[in-house]
Amino acid sequence: MSIQERTVPRKRKVERLEEVIIRFAGDSGDGMQLTGSQFTATSAAVGNDIATFPDFPAEIRAPAGTLPGVSGFQVHFAAKDIFTPGDAPDVLIAMNPAALKVNLGDLKRGGTIIANQNAFGAKDLDKAGYLANPLEDGSLDGYRLIPVELSRLTKDALASTGLSSRETERCKNFFALGLMYWVYGRPLDQTLRFIEEQFRKNPKFVEANTLALKAGYTFGEATEVFQTTYEVPPAALPPGKYRNISGNSALTLGAIAAARKGGLTLYLGSYPITPASDILHEMSKFLNYGVVTVQAEDEIAAITSAIGAAYGGCLAMTTTSGPGVALKTEAIGLATMVELPLVIANIQRGGPSTGLPTKTEQADLFQALYGRNSEAPVPVIAAQSPGDCFAAMYEAARIALKYMTPVFLLSDGYLANGSEPWLLPDLSTFPPITTNRRTDPAGFLPYSRDPKTYARPWAVPGTPGLAHRIGGLEKEDGTGNVSYDPMNHEKMVRLRAQKVAAIVQDVPDATVFGADSGDLLLVGWGSTYGALTAAVRTLRAEGLAVGHLHLRWINPLPKNVGSILKNWKRVAVPEMNLGQLVWVLRAKFLVDALGISKVQGRPFAEREIVEKAHEILGVTR
Amino acid sequence: MSTPTDTTGTTHGAPAPLTKKDFVTDQEVRWCPGCGDYAILNAVQQAFAEMRMSRDDTVIISGIGCSSRFPYYMSTYGFHSIHGRAPAVATGLKVSRPELSVWVVTGDGDALAIGGNHTIHMLRRNVGLKVLLFNNKIYGLTKGQYSPTSEQGKKTKSTPFGSADRPMNPISLALGVEATFVARTIDVDGPHMKTVLKRAAEHKGSAFVEIYQNCNIFNDGAFENVREKENRAENALYLEHGKPLVYGKNRDRGLRLNGLRLEPVTLGNGVTEKDLHVHDEHGSAAGAFLLSRLPGPPTSPIPLGIFRQVELPTFEECIQAQVREATERLGPGDIEKLIHSGETWVVK
Repeated sequence: MSIQERTVPRKRKVERLEEVIIRFAGDSGDGMQLTGSQFTATSAAVGNDIATFPDFPAEIRAPAGTLPGVSGFQVHFAAKDIFTPGDAPDVLIAMNPAALKVNLGDLKRGGTIIANQNAFGAKDLDKAGYLANPLEDGSLDGYRLIPVELSRLTKDALASTGLSSRETERCKNFFALGLMYWVYGRPLDQTLRFIEEQFRKNPKFVEANTLALKAGYTFGEATEVFQTTYEVPPAALPPGKYRNISGNSALTLGAIAAARKGGLTLYLGSYPITPASDILHEMSKFLNYGVVTVQAEDEIAAITSAIGAAYGGCLAMTTTSGPGVALKTEAIGLATMVELPLVIANIQRGGPSTGLPTKTEQADLFQALYGRNSEAPVPVIAAQSPGDCFAAMYEAARIALKYMTPVFLLSDGYLANGSEPWLLPDLSTFPPITTNRRTDPAGFLPYSRDPKTYARPWAVPGTPGLAHRIGGLEKEDGTGNVSYDPMNHEKMVRLRAQKVAAIVQDVPDATVFGADSGDLLLVGWGSTYGALTAAVRTLRAEGLAVGHLHLRWINPLPKNVGSILKNWKRVAVPEMNLGQLVWVLRAKFLVDALGISKVQGRPFAEREIVEKAHEILGVTR
Repeated sequence: MSTPTDTTGTTHGAPAPLTKKDFVTDQEVRWCPGCGDYAILNAVQQAFAEMRMSRDDTVIISGIGCSSRFPYYMSTYGFHSIHGRAPAVATGLKVSRPELSVWVVTGDGDALAIGGNHTIHMLRRNVGLKVLLFNNKIYGLTKGQYSPTSEQGKKTKSTPFGSADRPMNPISLALGVEATFVARTIDVDGPHMKTVLKRAAEHKGSAFVEIYQNCNIFNDGAFENVREKENRAENALYLEHGKPLVYGKNRDRGLRLNGLRLEPVTLGNGVTEKDLHVHDEHGSAAGAFLLSRLPGPPTSPIPLGIFRQVELPTFEECIQAQVREATERLGPGDIEKLIHSGETWVVK
């Protein structure tokens, strides 16, 4: 049967939905990340708000069909403003028994399961530890189970291509994607363009994947199984031009934007590490933007080469994750001592040690704030959504250059790989990038300071008459000469602290969502923004006096944080760690704040925050 | 190296000649009296003056250790970084500012122990850096522990029963990672050091110079075989390109290639210079490697001079060429366009 024969449109009921959460799950080799990101891109382009949660194992290819090899991609698309990838999927696409087993627990009660029937043979069941076939034994009676012969149907559709059965099997993800496009009334064109581009060098795969995608779509139309299709209309997002963006891509663009605005060469020294490597990959494409990237021999060379580039007058940065930061620690101290501009982007992951490379966590806050020998204050800024990585990176670079200091930018695996519609920024509205470049030899002192920012001059090699020496030994105030004088040391320790504290003049006052005072203030930082926003809206809709304060700058904190905290009866701090920001707030403001911890390598669900808030407020539901 | 220009003195007519003093700073030199570092500092300052190096366009980057205090005493730009990392700091600078003349000053501990990884990768990448490795076969600044170049069995504070590990040969290491310029000189022979420094400065890629340096406090006499005048005349083999390998006070000894071995022979009795191996700076790394493996007196001489010099594209050239080509092909990047690229849609 050819594709054309099937394309007889039938009358179906079209149901309108406000939001849907789909999770694509399969083997690491099944192309689930690609399938999910395509569904996301198409949904974004039709105007839905979206939020995604890619969740994949650290192993590139764990043994096929096993539980550790399961890779998932959750996409939440909606006709309204949404903040998280959603707590529980409405639909689970399970390419094999292992994917079903790993993900079933998250699925909504009564949710839909679309399972690849051909992958539920005795061997497959055995690998996933099923004693009986769940598609047949009634164990899934609480769900809407739709077994589809994804492998066979794909094979049939590709019969004309002459591909091996192994090759056709690899196209089944596009069949599944086509089917979901039909169910949710999405156009195929964007993915068709993607296939053309992606497999450009191999025309037979362009043909095969195109056929598979279309076959999945027409199968939806032809089969009797789907009596209803769904429509999720565009979301009423703020007007403007959008694109779908991941945190790592946004961070890359933010760095280039800052360098361009400042008229500086951008230098990235990096060593591959999950989940930060994509920034190095992205950045390396943009050499014509005045970008120099060096894949260094190790984490230490990555940062120290960036320090060398900063010394030479570049906007310099290094990108890594927690274990990499651990190795860079001594160099961050050097950057603090020689007072050169540098951005250290830590895309946090589960730890300690190698930990959970592909899973998210926020447990490197203490490391960023305090993880160096002696008194080595470093400003810390945290991005709060994938798109926000752009602005956070821009700001980190601006502050580094303005104050002549290393700056920590904290992101995490959830932001790095997650994506959302991004309202394209108008760069002309961003604050200018200014530097402390010095060219005048008259009265030059390498450690003289700007009276307002305490920044020292940036006297770059090659500047006539400014030759001077810097280094990691303590500096004499002003001259920068080596000094072991006790009083000078204390003065310099205080000056370095004062400089970082002075950044507060560039930190806008914090604002609370909800109300100025009330019963419970939830304070967050970084990637918990989405879950907290969603939870606080829910709680306020329930009539509870709950507010949300989200901190972008953690060092220095905005001036008004202390006074905000005093306006609330209770303060609680949800974090993906055992209580780091809460510790800082308690220490700094003597406030009896409570910690809400989750360290499971997964972001907070909205429901978890809501339940904790209920518990703290003594609300029973 | 970029063409040395005088920005230190006159503005009209012939530039005033530079002297050593032009490269001296007001900082008090704080090495131990009698340290070999003084002689090296002196030779470098003289060589820089003779090469008319620009103080404004020259940068000296060091790590940690006695040798790494060097930048404080040079009137150029200087950066005293952290232990072992000078090659990486210098790489970042050189790649982004290829027009600068960037020198790395390091020691046997700094470059071969804690910073071994960076040394290797700097050399294999052929970054256009001039590397002066002060080898005194001991840790000086931490007061006398053995180093990666100390002889096996070395009794020090940390090895009272003798060190268990075999020493590393810096020249062999550099040749092993295919460094494009590999040389050795010695603190007490100023003229030779200056010649080597000038050749290093002229070389386009990484120039690796091992400098035998006496630590008179913790390892005095480590290079006695070749440092003391009489011994040097006897044991030093001054490498000269295209010349047979002759050495000895009376220039009556030489090295002959016997299989895969350089064999010391005495001239005379039918052995002439024609039988000796001829030094080829631009030849294979294998030939230079044989020279680097000579065990030294009493079995063999100690080669000083340039073991190998070959021209290969530098790291910074390759990177800058990529940037240039990308810019020519794609045009100078427009960040607004980049932000607006990909699949976009408009919400009204």
